[in-house]
Amino acid sequence: MALLEVEDLVVQYYTDDGVVRAVDGLSYEIRAGETVGLVGESGAGKSAASRAVLRLLDGTGEIVGGEIRFRGRDIRELSADDLQAIRGNEIAMVFQDAGAALNPVYTVGEQIAETIRVHEDASDGEARNRTIALLDRVGIPNPAARYADYPHEFSGGMQQRAVIAMALSCDPAVLICDEPTTGLDVTVQAGILELLAELAAKSETAIQLVTHDLGVVAELCDRVLVQYAGEIVERAPVDELYYDPKHPYTVGLLAATPRLDDDRERLPTIPRPAPDLVDPPTGCRFHPRCPYAEDCCASRRPSLVDPVSGRPVDGDPETHVAACLEYTGDLEAGLDYEVQIRDDADSNCRERKQQGEPR
Amino acid sequence: MSLGRYVGRRLAVTVPVLFGVTALTFSFVHLLPGDAVDAIVGFRAVSPATEAATRAEYHLDQPVWDQYLLWLRDAITLEFGESPVTGRDVSATIGRRLPATLALGGAAWLLALAIGIPAGIVAAVRAGEPADEVGRLAALAGIATPNFWLGLILLFVFSVRLGWFRVLPPDAPLVSLATAKFLVLPTITLGTASAALVMRLLRSSMRRELDATYVTAARAKGLPERTVILKHVLRNAVLPVVTVAGLQLAFLVDGAVVVEGIFSWPGMGRLLVQSVLQRDYPVIQAIVLVIGIAIVLANLLVDIVYAILDPRIRY
Amino acid sequence: MSDRQPTTDRGRIRIVGFDEATEQKRDSDASSDAADADGAAADQSIASRAATGIESTTASTSALAQPGRRLENAWRRFRRNRSAMAGLAVLIVMTVLAVFARPITVATAEVTVTLQPFSLAPSDPAAMFVGPPNASPSPAHPFGTDWAGRDQFSRVLVGGRYTLSIGLVAVGLALCVGVPLGAIAGYFGGWIDEAIMRVVDVLYAFPFLVLAIAIVPILEPVPILGSGYWTVVVALAVTGWVGYARLIRGEVLSVREREYVTAARALGVPDRTIIRRHVVPNAIAPVVVQATLNIGTVVLTAAALGFLGLGLEPGSAEWGAMLAQGRSSLLRGDWHVTVFPGLAIFLFVLAINLVGDGINDALEPNRDVDDDRRRMR
Repeated sequence: MALLEVEDLVVQYYTDDGVVRAVDGLSYEIRAGETVGLVGESGAGKSAASRAVLRLLDGTGEIVGGEIRFRGRDIRELSADDLQAIRGNEIAMVFQDAGAALNPVYTVGEQIAETIRVHEDASDGEARNRTIALLDRVGIPNPAARYADYPHEFSGGMQQRAVIAMALSCDPAVLICDEPTTGLDVTVQAGILELLAELAAKSETAIQLVTHDLGVVAELCDRVLVQYAGEIVERAPVDELYYDPKHPYTVGLLAATPRLDDDRERLPTIPRPAPDLVDPPTGCRFHPRCPYAEDCCASRRPSLVDPVSGRPVDGDPETHVAACLEYTGDLEAGLDYEVQIRDDADSNCRERKQQGEPR
Repeated sequence: MSLGRYVGRRLAVTVPVLFGVTALTFSFVHLLPGDAVDAIVGFRAVSPATEAATRAEYHLDQPVWDQYLLWLRDAITLEFGESPVTGRDVSATIGRRLPATLALGGAAWLLALAIGIPAGIVAAVRAGEPADEVGRLAALAGIATPNFWLGLILLFVFSVRLGWFRVLPPDAPLVSLATAKFLVLPTITLGTASAALVMRLLRSSMRRELDATYVTAARAKGLPERTVILKHVLRNAVLPVVTVAGLQLAFLVDGAVVVEGIFSWPGMGRLLVQSVLQRDYPVIQAIVLVIGIAIVLANLLVDIVYAILDPRIRY
Repeated sequence: MSDRQPTTDRGRIRIVGFDEATEQKRDSDASSDAADADGAAADQSIASRAATGIESTTASTSALAQPGRRLENAWRRFRRNRSAMAGLAVLIVMTVLAVFARPITVATAEVTVTLQPFSLAPSDPAAMFVGPPNASPSPAHPFGTDWAGRDQFSRVLVGGRYTLSIGLVAVGLALCVGVPLGAIAGYFGGWIDEAIMRVVDVLYAFPFLVLAIAIVPILEPVPILGSGYWTVVVALAVTGWVGYARLIRGEVLSVREREYVTAARALGVPDRTIIRRHVVPNAIAPVVVQATLNIGTVVLTAAALGFLGLGLEPGSAEWGAMLAQGRSSLLRGDWHVTVFPGLAIFLFVLAINLVGDGINDALEPNRDVDDDRRRMR
């Protein structure tokens, strides 16, 4: 039994324009200690999916179907008290905008210590000492002094470190990071990524990393889930996803990732904007944007299958699966793309010296 | 910047406004058509000797600027002279009336907070639900009810028909059970609209705060919903409500002017109305000045309290 | 296709084929695109809608959109708002009753022109002893009679004329003063701003009613203001403009930094034109809302003045003044003299508030009425 199992999760938002199915039949699992990336464009429902895990949907969002099992217990069925005992204690969250995630009128230290006090039978002094140790652990210099600082006195990167410290305060089994580096300066991003990488490697904490940035995923994750229009379209161990992407959407994302050594004149993009989730496309949801789409794609909905055997998804989360009709043998022309490995020293050695590889 | 320097700067902005308030109050008598002496004595026929004395007392024989400065000097030392209508010392009269108004206003303010804050919290948390709709209509009704009408109705139902809260012993001390009982109806009359205002303001600022990420973050930490609302949301949501304490004060003063008359409560508001009806200008001037300065100082206090409550503000 | 072998090499990757396929698809689609074009356009708009829908709509409708269209949309939203429509209905009924209560005539020395011949009110509001004094409601006098035997029903109907017109005229006058001054202060800044805003600060030190009370005796002897009616109107306008000045100044400050204003300025458009064409239309929505709501405040204050016996001549059929007269009847136990005028004020102010909230929700759904009210202080 995996630590966290999400099965057929459906999340809806009620807007003036209609019901938005931000998450539509999502299933995945996270095992203890592993780091799983959830990747997709903005609006693909990644944040909704992660917030649903702790029943923290904002606005009109509502979980309308599926199960979220943590250590075998369905989080949807928990009482308010049981849910509070899990939040921040067993499953913790790191938010995209750390500045907004900290309450402006309380000191950073107080907000972290508060978490410890609510979950553990700690005195004020113990909570304070542990908070200072946590601030130190996430790389905040002079932690004892910064304890009494207000959030606005922290820089953006330091705020994110504080939020991570808050999430780590009760040694959670799962850490959900929702776009933890978006909006930060590149240099600051690198520091936060380093911190998360260290965490992923050294601690027992499993991490669910939500991001639109494939570079971040490459650096941190063991496995990747690619989400498109509320559904998972591909799931693979991180290496396989990059070197052998199976779903045309993943291919498009990879092709659209800017690189420093690009000699292309123009960055390719996936044509057309992300689909309307009030009235999603029929058949394969990616077909209006897919360069390989054929007539059958508009009518038949592909399911996640093993691309080699074409068999439906089995129990092993390590299996590479993708949801494209190509792998059930329905496409006539096939998928015409190629992954080139540009490691040949002759053409690119100069650039290689100038910048580090993500992997 | 330190809090002390912030207060200093805020004080510096207040001083010109205080001068404006005194200048406006001073010019009040001079804006009246005709000779200022006539206004001061209430447009009655007076003997030339009285006129000369009045002219000298109010420095009307001097240039306007000097008049203002002399008047200001008198005002600072609380020397408003005697009322030409009643012959009583203006400062003493106001001094006698002020505590009654403070008692009524304070009670109404407490009532407004006691109703408005919990109602605002409930309405914000239950936004869109029946409780919120009921609260919204109640608040609208509270704002739309003329306080003099409400006062009359309460008076009719409770005093005339039911015979409660009827008599105030004429010499009851301000702090006594009899007075407190008598104050019940005026307090409700005066506090209702304020409560509605507090509720609406708090509801709207809580709604805004409830959408903030830090609220989700507080829930994600596993805090009980009560703590999230009362510790995290409310603390931020009261900040905008604090800024309107000056408005609240003005609102209560306006209400007191009307309500004191209905219930024959011997406060400043009733004094003001009596003075206007009797054209007792020195008294009107003094009351208006006291009210103006009180509101300016209240706004100053509000800004300082705000700066203490919100760590982000240190200009 | 399946001839593509998974590589075991590790290094920098590059995808070949996807972009080319996209190009090809685009070309081949071009022919069939004519049919698909509006579909794609719809796609685009829907997608952006969906995106904002999820992250809760924050972008407000662009004020640069066609004004006619904007008003049309606002009216559509307003019509869907049931409480606002109820308020509007109450206002319309009250207005009609007030206008048609008694005939309106304009008399000069020679001729008398009747503008409005209808007479819904059964008797002249000033006529005494049309019934017994202090009579309880009866079919002949649905609201009873007051101490002088005047028909309360007629007086309440006609009294609406004072209330409605004082509210409209005083708010209109206050707008005429406050909006230009606030716009000028916000747009030009500097000492002009300082001067205007210090005056506003000083006036704000005095509560609305207290200031009006203090102003009434100053205005009363002014001959051109004639009867007490204009004294009250002017007193309320003098005290009322400051709120609009402050509100519109804040709006202007935020609007004038926007790009299209900078662009207009760079093109050499005169300041006056920029204010009139770009700044005010954008800033006007909250002012309209607050002005509507303020009609309620002004009506309450006017009634309070009437109640205190200030301004209008004693015995006027003004709701506040009627309440003041009803006080003694009330203490004797005659409730009807007090209840009906008060109920009329209450209904009117309630309706104005419902309509004001409705206008706000229709014009700027993301704006908060109470927040603006706060900022006017």
